[in-house]
Amino acid sequence: MPAVAETIETVQAAQEGGYKWGFETDIEMEFAPKGLNEDIVRFISAKKGEPQWLLDWRLKAFAMWKKMEEPDWAAVNYPRIDYQDLYYYAAPVKKVGPKSLDEVDPELLRTYAKLGIPLKEQAILAGVEGAGDSPSDSGRMPVAVDAVFDSVSVATTFRGELAKKGIIFCSISEAVHDHPELVRQYLGSVVPQGDNFFACLNSAVFTDGSFVYIPKGVRCPMELSTYFRINAKSTGQFERTLIIADEGSHVSYLEGCTAPQRDENQLHAAVVELVAMDDATIKYSTVQNWYPGDAEGKGGIFNFVTKRGACRGARSKISWTQVETGSAVTWKYPSCILQGDDSVGEFYSVAITNNFQQADTGTKMFHIGRNTKSTIVSKGISAGRGQNTYRGLVKIGAKAHGARNFTQCDSLLIGDQCGAHTVPYIENRCATAKVEHEATTSRIAEDQLFYCRARGLNEEEAVGLIVNGFCREVLKELPMEFAVEAQKLLAISLEGSVG
Amino acid sequence: MLRIEGLTAEVEGKQILRGIDLELPQGEVHAIMGPNGSGKSTLSYVLSGREGYEITGGSVTFNGQDLLAMEPEERAASGVFLAFQYPVELPGVGNANFLRTALNAQKRARGEKEVDAMAFLKLAREKLKALQMSDEMLKRNVNVGFSGGEKKRNEVLQMALLNPSLAILDETDSGLDIDALRIVSDGVNALRGPDFSALVITHYQRLLTYIVPDRVHVLMGGRIVRSGGKELALELEAQGYGASAA
Repeated sequence: MPAVAETIETVQAAQEGGYKWGFETDIEMEFAPKGLNEDIVRFISAKKGEPQWLLDWRLKAFAMWKKMEEPDWAAVNYPRIDYQDLYYYAAPVKKVGPKSLDEVDPELLRTYAKLGIPLKEQAILAGVEGAGDSPSDSGRMPVAVDAVFDSVSVATTFRGELAKKGIIFCSISEAVHDHPELVRQYLGSVVPQGDNFFACLNSAVFTDGSFVYIPKGVRCPMELSTYFRINAKSTGQFERTLIIADEGSHVSYLEGCTAPQRDENQLHAAVVELVAMDDATIKYSTVQNWYPGDAEGKGGIFNFVTKRGACRGARSKISWTQVETGSAVTWKYPSCILQGDDSVGEFYSVAITNNFQQADTGTKMFHIGRNTKSTIVSKGISAGRGQNTYRGLVKIGAKAHGARNFTQCDSLLIGDQCGAHTVPYIENRCATAKVEHEATTSRIAEDQLFYCRARGLNEEEAVGLIVNGFCREVLKELPMEFAVEAQKLLAISLEGSVG
Repeated sequence: MLRIEGLTAEVEGKQILRGIDLELPQGEVHAIMGPNGSGKSTLSYVLSGREGYEITGGSVTFNGQDLLAMEPEERAASGVFLAFQYPVELPGVGNANFLRTALNAQKRARGEKEVDAMAFLKLAREKLKALQMSDEMLKRNVNVGFSGGEKKRNEVLQMALLNPSLAILDETDSGLDIDALRIVSDGVNALRGPDFSALVITHYQRLLTYIVPDRVHVLMGGRIVRSGGKELALELEAQGYGASAA
């Protein structure tokens, strides 16, 4: 049997057993009634004790959403979602009031420990105690974590430490109460309520997410991260993240996500908004590891996410790095609005589709200011019957003199039943702008596999090495500890049997 | 000891090896010479376990083990090294990472302790120095953008690091200038000893003035048609392969 055929079999053999995050936490939950109507929107808002302006904002979104059609232009197929058959609010019952780590339900702490997410500040600082269970607790560098469990944030670490520098890092529900002026000013300023079907739905029913504000001239001393966990059945997760980097500030933010393995599909429709003022830098990294469904394509998360950053200030920079290994269907286009002169947008992406996974992902770069620059590096890997589409838009406005874009899209195919598609749109209205696009499609060649095996690597190690090599330009953009995780995840996603 | 008996093999239904018998005792270096299309590369791939070559008969044992029943990586771990005629490029894969991964995969398979990054670097630098190669070699991606000569030198570097007990050199001399040929030959000669044997597959006698073989075999039409001492190579050079066919 040729080596490649064997790889296909290995890949096909990837059972859900390879997904190590598929357990379910048994914890008492409070649900809103199933279904979506104005009362549910009011329920969520009331549950969070929101001010009237926010309730009005939600209701306006809901009214818009009712008139909208679910988009069908992406190259993905999935069964129709019954929006009346979902829970829009699910929260652990015991969580109340001010969130000190001592008050968090131990069952939740155990859940996060099992996922390798440290919710103990001391343990991470000391770098020893309790750090043994998790690969990410190497203790080298503290990471502040906001943990979102279904519809609510259950804990945020290192808040005191960060507050000393004037940094606000909390759940968005808390920010609504504690920093209403900031939330009111920026919420929906990058992704308006009516932006698209899923963002509009999110605007009506978002339950929690993270809020970050970095004051002028402050360089955030540690990585900030949010860890999203879907646990409850038949529940949609609608989180909303808002990050504001004031003039001359700098922040690196990480996002991770997992879900139990179930036969049903679950909806995850998030909105992330980033705002960078003059000379500010936001680096946003995602390792997306939602349950992908089993080898027959049953179950898995529908990941329909709107992520957008606005480079409002001159010389500001927003950099998106994503490693997409999970989800049954991914529909996601982290984008940059390059408004400030000399601002910079970057998009580095690795997307893997195995078995029956489908990904339609890419970016949009809007060049508005002068001398704005954008770089797009997309690496798509398809295996099994996976379908992988890069969809991108580079739009250069009439006044974006000296704008530059470089796009590189590479696709790697493993086996002969998968697909890779590249759909780049370029709209240039400025004669002085320069746009470059490069694209390649290749297979893991039999001679590469044999070369590695002849040196002593087994087939899985060989595939892992070749795929990691293929993704190198993207992986090197990740913070170091994340990069190590991502490399392992790539191998697991492809092999199934490795994990 | 490598023992090949009555080995026959097909590629895409076409018979290439028609009954090869060969004994390569431990500690010896044998040359296999032959014209194009005689089955030289097929023999090297069959011995190292490349897929797409169907063994239709015969046997190969290496130190008593049935080599043909083993996966390529198992053969590598048991000490078989193939220096490729056309080394393969691995974009984005650093040479140091590749070599350490390979070395540790072999060590793991043999139940030996793996080497950490620092120890590996020290070992690699020693080998580079002995082979008169620059450290730069480790930083580059595996064979990407290498000249023909650099690729062959990289094969020899890998061989030095992996320290095999049987090396199969498949036309390692092709595309080498005289300086590169000497570096490559020095690399092979440095490994010679009682625990190392090599099968040097070549079209030309030239390489054999640098790597002096204990025996020379002539492969034609998928069979060994003549065997002799090192002087046989010179005779072939003077008279061509035609005389052997007669």
